[in-house]
Amino acid sequence: MSRREIISGNWAFAEAMRQINPDVVAAYPITPSTDIPMKFSEFVADGKVDTNFVTVESEHSAITACVTAAAAGARVMTASSANGVGLMHEIFPIAGFFRSPIVFGLVNRSLGAPINIHCDHSDSMGERDAGWIHLYCEDAQEAYDTAVMAVRLAEHDNILTPVFVCQDGFITSHGFEPVEMLDDETVKRFVGERNARYPLLDVKNPVTYGSFASTEYYFEIKRQQVEAMENALKLYDGVAREYEAVSGRYYPMLDAYRTEDAEFVVVVMSSAAGVVKDVVDELRDKGVKAGCLRIRMFRPFPFDGVAKALSHAKAIAVLDRSLSLGGTAPVVSEVRSALYRASALIPVQSYVFGLGGRDFFPQNARDIFTDLEKGQIVGEERYIGLLE
Amino acid sequence: MSGTVEVRWHGRGGQGAKTGSAILAEVLFEEGKYVQSFPEYGAERQGAPMKAFNRVSDRPIRKRCSVQNPDVVVVIDSTLLESAGTTMGCTDGTTYVLNTPLSPAEAKHRLGLGADVKVITIDATAITLDEFGQNRPNAPMLGTFAHIFTDVPVESFVNHFSKKMAKLPEKILQANLRAIRRGYEEAHVG
Repeated sequence: MSRREIISGNWAFAEAMRQINPDVVAAYPITPSTDIPMKFSEFVADGKVDTNFVTVESEHSAITACVTAAAAGARVMTASSANGVGLMHEIFPIAGFFRSPIVFGLVNRSLGAPINIHCDHSDSMGERDAGWIHLYCEDAQEAYDTAVMAVRLAEHDNILTPVFVCQDGFITSHGFEPVEMLDDETVKRFVGERNARYPLLDVKNPVTYGSFASTEYYFEIKRQQVEAMENALKLYDGVAREYEAVSGRYYPMLDAYRTEDAEFVVVVMSSAAGVVKDVVDELRDKGVKAGCLRIRMFRPFPFDGVAKALSHAKAIAVLDRSLSLGGTAPVVSEVRSALYRASALIPVQSYVFGLGGRDFFPQNARDIFTDLEKGQIVGEERYIGLLE
Repeated sequence: MSGTVEVRWHGRGGQGAKTGSAILAEVLFEEGKYVQSFPEYGAERQGAPMKAFNRVSDRPIRKRCSVQNPDVVVVIDSTLLESAGTTMGCTDGTTYVLNTPLSPAEAKHRLGLGADVKVITIDATAITLDEFGQNRPNAPMLGTFAHIFTDVPVESFVNHFSKKMAKLPEKILQANLRAIRRGYEEAHVG
């Protein structure tokens, strides 16, 4: 029997971890993801999981322990945020290359300095080329569901790639709302046992991890990771549909809200999508053909799906919750690329919002749609709610 | 109840605004509502003014920004009445729930509110000092909410509290349950 409870995004993720019952969790706490290892350590202490919970002295050690455990053949999970994610940076590409199917609860928080505990996406965006799958969740329910789904995605034989399950720090991680959770047995059956193909501890079939690859091989190995990402794009929907069959909830890689005939579309990720969808309904009632495209899967990036969802648009706004200082913000850069690939030269306005937890209100979304309706599209990025 | 009801709590760190907002959400959830409960996080210090929020609706809630134009303002520390921006973003339709010995008319005068604004006052501090010798205004104020969410009887708050706090010593639990009921019965609605 599934059950509904009022819990936070962090607790929802930790509850999914309890039900997944991973072999190894190695973690070092940092705000706002601290609740995840904290709750999980209670499950360990209470004997509710069989997990080997490894407490370490830094995030760098946490992710290193995760990678090595995954290479040994274990099912592994962890969580972190902000500069904790930054400290893991060195090891992330190794996890990607080792094809370590780690499921990682990434609770988005701004990268310091200045020190700020609140949400933006600068931490995960810094890892977008590390060879991990990136999934961004709108609410606590989705964080729970995605944690369960991600195990299957990460461990799929033709994907074997670690997954970041991102949720917005404080907004989602510390907000309490109803979450429906599956019963333990359903989750257990859905994730199954990890059946590692090349475990380091299989001494009868010895393999090497972390060997030197000279110029003759390095490029080819990277090409295999490209293929894994392409496979993830193809295989994602099958996993999402299987999850729908057990939960009744379906999460496509793109959450296209009233975009079928939309002339003005706001593209956004994570929790801010809620406000945009509310404003879309408001505008639709007034006869404006507004829509919202929430990108849930950022790596691999669903170029074709994005171009298709935006194909009717006259003008598009892309909202980034991080900067690429001196460059183009990450989400808008991919959206423009998707449109160019599809030869759809639709005007796109780039907006940066919500840095360091700056709130995003319905009026902000209304103003953005007004810009689009009036055709006020400029080459430079605009900033939402900035005091200047 | 039509649309979404947005609640803003004003309290001091450690006083229970966050817990109050969480318990309110749980009670209304059990009554079949869609709910959110979230505090405003800053540099948390005991005694510093802080805010917490609720959204309550008959439909799923998508909005996750903080509450700008509250339908209900709750002040659990009477020293914050005038100093914490308690009327900010409010309209004439906003209802106030105030922990204060003042009458609704006196409170309206203090806050510069019009005579038509709905103000509910409850001396929650006095009730809890009387019931268990501590200033913990949360419990009575929960009872007062039965005047706001009129489709939820005060017994729903009592029942939820007794389930959630079942581990409290019986004497303290009973004192809290009495405090919740008194929060409903002794409220002044004006």
